Amino acid sequence: MTRAFSKLTTGLGVVFLASLIIFSCQTARAPQGTSDAAASVYVPPGEHDTYYAFMSGGFSGNVTVHGLPSGRLIKTVPVFSQYPENGWGYAEETKNMLMTSFGFIPWDDSHHPELSQTDGVPDGRWLFINGNNTPRVARIDLSLFATTEIIEIPNSGGNHGSPFITPNSEYSVAATRFSVPIPQRDVPVDSYAENFRGSLTFIRADRPREMEIAFQILVPGFDYDLAHAGKGPSDGWMFFTSYNSEEAHTLLEVNASQHDKDFIAAVNWRRAEACVAGGQTRQMPADYRHNYMDTSHVAQSERLTSVTVLEAGDCSDMIYFLPTPKSPHGVDVDPTGQYIIAGGKLATVIPVHSFEKMLAAIESEQYETTIDGIPVLSYEAILHGEVENPGLGPLHTEFDGRGNAYTTAFISSEIVKWDIESTTVLDRIPVYYSVGHLMIPGGDSQQPWGEYLVALNKITKDRYLPTGPELAHAAQLIDISGDKMRMLLDFPTMGEPHYAQGIAAEVIRDQQVRMFPIEENTNPYAIKSEAEARVEREGNVVRVYMSSIRSHFAPDNIEGIRVGDEVYFHVTNLEQDWDVPHGFAVMGANNAELLIMPGETRTLKWTPQKEGVFPFYCTDFCSALHQEMQGYIRISGRNSGVPIAFGTGE
Amino acid sequence: MVRQRLIFSGCWLLALLLAACGGSSTETPAPATTAGNPVQEATLSEAELANGIGPIQDLTLGPIDAALAAQGEASYTTKCTACHKMDTRYVGPPLGTVLQERTPAYIMNMMLNPDEMTKKHPEARAMLAQYMTVMPNQNLTQDEARAILEYLRQQQTAPQ
Repeated sequence: MTRAFSKLTTGLGVVFLASLIIFSCQTARAPQGTSDAAASVYVPPGEHDTYYAFMSGGFSGNVTVHGLPSGRLIKTVPVFSQYPENGWGYAEETKNMLMTSFGFIPWDDSHHPELSQTDGVPDGRWLFINGNNTPRVARIDLSLFATTEIIEIPNSGGNHGSPFITPNSEYSVAATRFSVPIPQRDVPVDSYAENFRGSLTFIRADRPREMEIAFQILVPGFDYDLAHAGKGPSDGWMFFTSYNSEEAHTLLEVNASQHDKDFIAAVNWRRAEACVAGGQTRQMPADYRHNYMDTSHVAQSERLTSVTVLEAGDCSDMIYFLPTPKSPHGVDVDPTGQYIIAGGKLATVIPVHSFEKMLAAIESEQYETTIDGIPVLSYEAILHGEVENPGLGPLHTEFDGRGNAYTTAFISSEIVKWDIESTTVLDRIPVYYSVGHLMIPGGDSQQPWGEYLVALNKITKDRYLPTGPELAHAAQLIDISGDKMRMLLDFPTMGEPHYAQGIAAEVIRDQQVRMFPIEENTNPYAIKSEAEARVEREGNVVRVYMSSIRSHFAPDNIEGIRVGDEVYFHVTNLEQDWDVPHGFAVMGANNAELLIMPGETRTLKWTPQKEGVFPFYCTDFCSALHQEMQGYIRISGRNSGVPIAFGTGE
Repeated sequence: MVRQRLIFSGCWLLALLLAACGGSSTETPAPATTAGNPVQEATLSEAELANGIGPIQDLTLGPIDAALAAQGEASYTTKCTACHKMDTRYVGPPLGTVLQERTPAYIMNMMLNPDEMTKKHPEARAMLAQYMTVMPNQNLTQDEARAILEYLRQQQTAPQ
């Protein structure tokens, strides 16, 4: 008895100890890395990473660029948010980029970067990203790593299902997460079922400076969440997930979780093009902006007042609903274009729809029902298979190009690798913590570089040295080149990266612009030599035409400016070499600095408030005599008679 | 004496430890070869001493070509006048007598390859020591530099 008891207690003790160890491993993390893992992410000083990774900046409104496999942050590209580091949204030339139908907006929430594609493969020309809060889509030029175009999406609320691209970058899409009254009008919230609609927007995307809303399809008032384009055999189709087919407008966590299945909306966009060409559309009054950097590097903002709208029911054979369990989030199409995979936030399986079976079900009209003229196909008829035991809370799937899919499971904090053809689970790896999206370079295209996977985790907790209540987000790099996934590296990311995109470095690195030829600078306030440097007064507007070169400004002494003047510093960087930007900052400026690339002109507006003599200086360490790169501007009283005077070296 | 020895052995131990730490790395990354590294004393040929280091080896000049000089003036105004004047020191040296002091090839190499020139050529290094500001590389093409040279020839105030 005693012995038995003692055995029992010893046994319990072992179990207890083991569970303690396991528990401590899961919470306090036993080190998973090995020197082997360290070697595989080590990029020696002076060497380059092999992939660019573009992380959405989430609520920072920007994009961050990391190198893989090192995880090093190599660039922040400002997009929807003002960025004082380089004057984006503060410099006069850039302000129009942030104009919307609501006026100037200095912030947004950016979720999903998407690389342009040619023949279904990322081509390195552009990166698109959505603004979620005030619906917009931006184009980043990857020869500049700068935002060059932003279009606002009318008839949308919460541009979440965006900016997924078609295989030849014909269209970037924008699906409204929140259905809204279309057109917007003053109605009771509880008239949702009657007045609220969803919209699926197709933006012409392959012509720089000419993004336009090609057409919007009006659909039932669900929440439209994410999208991905068909490819190969399914090229010509776009797949959008939806939830809240219950059409709830309050307490959605309960009320939008009632139905066993919601839908993927499958849109035949070539058919939609035919209906647009055939005039089955109408023009709806709208109010939205199209902003772009013109050839002078000056942002232009066009106000647009009409949009082409297509009612789902007015264009037959264009849109079908694919029943999908349960509150689906991500929708991903495998590299062969044959399978459409959705992650149901509350689902216990991952459904894999077959494109071929979908076409057959359409052909034989295997409909469960019809909603607002949209046929709902039979779930069983279109199903290729279901992945059993895929982890709790499956969200997003990417592919390695070798027939495998990798799905994130948010609730069980893991990534599950499975075979697409047989829908069987092959491997699983825990991630820390609560993974949302994942990214394999090229992993949503027809040709993934199936070497690495990045898990984009939502919860950080103890992964880094603690930094008070607010923590950086946690990305993890996983080696997927073998049969078993192998954890390599943690690295912090900015804002909240939702989705990310990756591409082999060689596609992008050799096309980089290093500076702008000064002869081609057509900014209306540029000067082409120091001899043109001057100060001009027009009423209370004073324009300072200033040049910068290592290591002085011209002019660097300015007088005759009065309190209450509006002073515009138009600073041209006369340098013609790579990596020689000059900065410009003036005391008391209410905005930010300028950071001027070689050969470029940027303008800072300054309203002097006090009499005195105020210094200005170069903020970007440019040379051995950078500290000497300074000047003074004298501010006199409102009614002063001090004449305009300026000079350098006199 | 005893104390000295102690300190000595302490240093030894520290050195050993440091060596051990350093020794755990099996590969030493090759140093980057870009600008900014310490410069070795270069041994320059007679030709390099006379004509500078860069793409221009030798240059025979004919009579001054006024059209070419006019092209050169435009480039010179945009890309050079922020630092150079003809008759007086500004940020860089005056250029009104430069052809008396330097060969045409040297002047072109200084325009086309200022980074290497100011690191390796004794005359260019001496100028940097005197003027303190590094001459920016304005990424001129050889044709542009040749045209600027023609403009400089036209503007000389001393026998060339």
